[in-house]
Amino acid sequence: MQNYNLTHLEQLESEAIFILRETAAQFERPGLLFSGGKDSIVMAHLAAKAFSPAKIPFPFVHVDTGHNFPETIEFRDKFIKEHGVQLIVGAVQDSIDRGTAVEETGPNASRNALQSVTLLETIEKESLDACLGGGRRDEEKARAKERFFSHRDAFGQWDPKNQRPELWNLFNGRKSPGENFRVFPLSNWTEMDVWQYAKIENIELPNLYFTHEREVIDRNGSLLAVSEFVSPRENESPKKEKVRFRTIGDATCTGAVLSTASNLDDVIAEVAASRVTERGSRADDRRSEAAMEDRKKQGYF
Amino acid sequence: MTEQNSYLDMDLLRFTTAGSVDDGKSTLIGRLFHDTKAIFEDQLEAIEKSSKQRGDEHVNLALLTDGLRAEREQGITIDVAYRYFATPKRKFIIADTPGHIQYTRNMVTGASTANLALILVDARNGVVEQTRRHTFIADLLGIKHVAVCINKMDLVGYEEDAYEKVLRQYTDFASRLENVTDLTFIPISALKGDNIVDRSENMPWYKGPPLLYHLENIYVGSDSNHVDARFPVQWVIRPHSDQHHDFRGFSGRVAGGVFKTGDEVTILPSGFSTKIAKILKGDQEIEETFHPQSVTILLEDEIDVSRGDMIVKPNNQPKVSQDLDAFLCWFSGSKKLTKGGKFILRHTTKEAQIIISEIRYKVDVNSLRKMEDIEGFDMNDIGRVSLRTSQPIFHDTYRRNRNTGSFILVDPFTNETLAAGMLR
Repeated sequence: MQNYNLTHLEQLESEAIFILRETAAQFERPGLLFSGGKDSIVMAHLAAKAFSPAKIPFPFVHVDTGHNFPETIEFRDKFIKEHGVQLIVGAVQDSIDRGTAVEETGPNASRNALQSVTLLETIEKESLDACLGGGRRDEEKARAKERFFSHRDAFGQWDPKNQRPELWNLFNGRKSPGENFRVFPLSNWTEMDVWQYAKIENIELPNLYFTHEREVIDRNGSLLAVSEFVSPRENESPKKEKVRFRTIGDATCTGAVLSTASNLDDVIAEVAASRVTERGSRADDRRSEAAMEDRKKQGYF
Repeated sequence: MTEQNSYLDMDLLRFTTAGSVDDGKSTLIGRLFHDTKAIFEDQLEAIEKSSKQRGDEHVNLALLTDGLRAEREQGITIDVAYRYFATPKRKFIIADTPGHIQYTRNMVTGASTANLALILVDARNGVVEQTRRHTFIADLLGIKHVAVCINKMDLVGYEEDAYEKVLRQYTDFASRLENVTDLTFIPISALKGDNIVDRSENMPWYKGPPLLYHLENIYVGSDSNHVDARFPVQWVIRPHSDQHHDFRGFSGRVAGGVFKTGDEVTILPSGFSTKIAKILKGDQEIEETFHPQSVTILLEDEIDVSRGDMIVKPNNQPKVSQDLDAFLCWFSGSKKLTKGGKFILRHTTKEAQIIISEIRYKVDVNSLRKMEDIEGFDMNDIGRVSLRTSQPIFHDTYRRNRNTGSFILVDPFTNETLAAGMLR
């Protein structure tokens, strides 16, 4: 008899494509949250596959903190153009200007948490009823309990103790007016799966993910890149190092790691040998034990 | 193949575990994680710190996934926790379900996507209520492979007699199971690491493989139904572009069997027949497709097909009926299931309304006894019901096909998922 087995990556791919199509079918106006990070790039690649040869039937949404690595924006715009999708940008700066978000002050100020405000405002303005996110359950402990189809009430809030059970391939996206969903097609992927899939599918990623020389400062155990948004304080001395990023987020809180990995094979080998999680370099998760849960309850990705 | 790209050959095993804190489940998972390097230094550091703060004597691995504040405060697991680890051979997804609150709902959810159930038995206590409950649910949910780990062998002097006693108890009880076809017993000590990754030197009388070897090598490929071709249409692709002017593709995930280009197919409910013109996986054309691939099928004739329809083979069709007989697990704590209850049914990619026409019996999951003449189901009840649907449902028995034999019930007012069902 024929061998009808799929590899783990083929199974994860098939599951993610199923979720993407289910989202298109069950919701009136979904959007794909696209940050230019590797998870959202892989998700966008899967969306292109899911609806080929038609175009991806929903817009991309970028919640822009304004604190970007220029490489991310360049990559985003190129990707959008190539795939012919609509891009909706929700700018945190606009929320601040409107007075709906207030800039944090103090030495560790970041716009990371303000993204929730802007995201919810964008959802409302664009009448989005589902937002596809690249979140994975292996990333962080509050995410480990997240559903594929995650229900949010009219205030955008997540109620982790009252989630809908998800069985088999049956996803319940029914909702009342004003409510919406977050959908996570990569729920069952690990960081390693994402890199391996990028490798076998030849997915182009921003060069920030590969080794380059950059001025960094060591702040609270995170190597932050010196930029127009992060400048060294009195007691800090910037150093030139060979680094790369394992995750890409807001430039003020995404730490780099020392690395000489220059291609996906090197990265896969490095991740396999790594003893620290990718979010270990994210200052936003280090604020407190329940930092992610609290942000998610308020509407974070 | 080099070590570097051995992942091109890896497959996936989903398994479920259940139990309470003291039966050694956390210790076992912790050991599997530790020995396969699935736990990271920053995670270990974080949970060491929390364990210390909470005054725990040992590092409490549950803190790794019990990420919700309420869980940590109360020291309980509220929900199914999905955990991941991999060896060079396989990626593993563990659906780890708590043994207490809402145990049925959580165990049923965890078991619904698993190929294997890992059941822990304390060698000192033998088969207890929870062992029976977990086994019954695994069997009900169609799991074919059960690995019974007889744990804490170090506390019974690594004696073969203790192992044999549990094995006899369990085998006796398991003879009544319907679906489990592969039962494996492994004597272990999760705490000491006996028979987890390496074969234990303390139990030379045990000739079988250690647990990890068993998990890495167990063959689950034949669990999928590759006989009855079923393709529930999920989404219709119409590009509306000059380049693909007449393109109409039917997307979905193969729910059973194999489809090949040129195969004669019938569309349900219309009953029209045609042939498969082309099968696409992404933008790539492939010759055949099987469960659980997500593909797009193009047909030779222009036939009206939409979401909720099913593509099948003319000589092998599912049952088509508005009267369904099912095992039902009731999840809702706020609503009771009673005769005449009206709900929304989701089955494959189809949605219909249903009414509960009869409540036949409920099963006591501890004694496995049937209880007839009951009024309804409360939270965590499991039993047999009959229901009438607003339109015909194309289905198979759950035993024959998990994908076309399963459904959920949704509350038409609150939109909550109230129940899970398996068709008979």
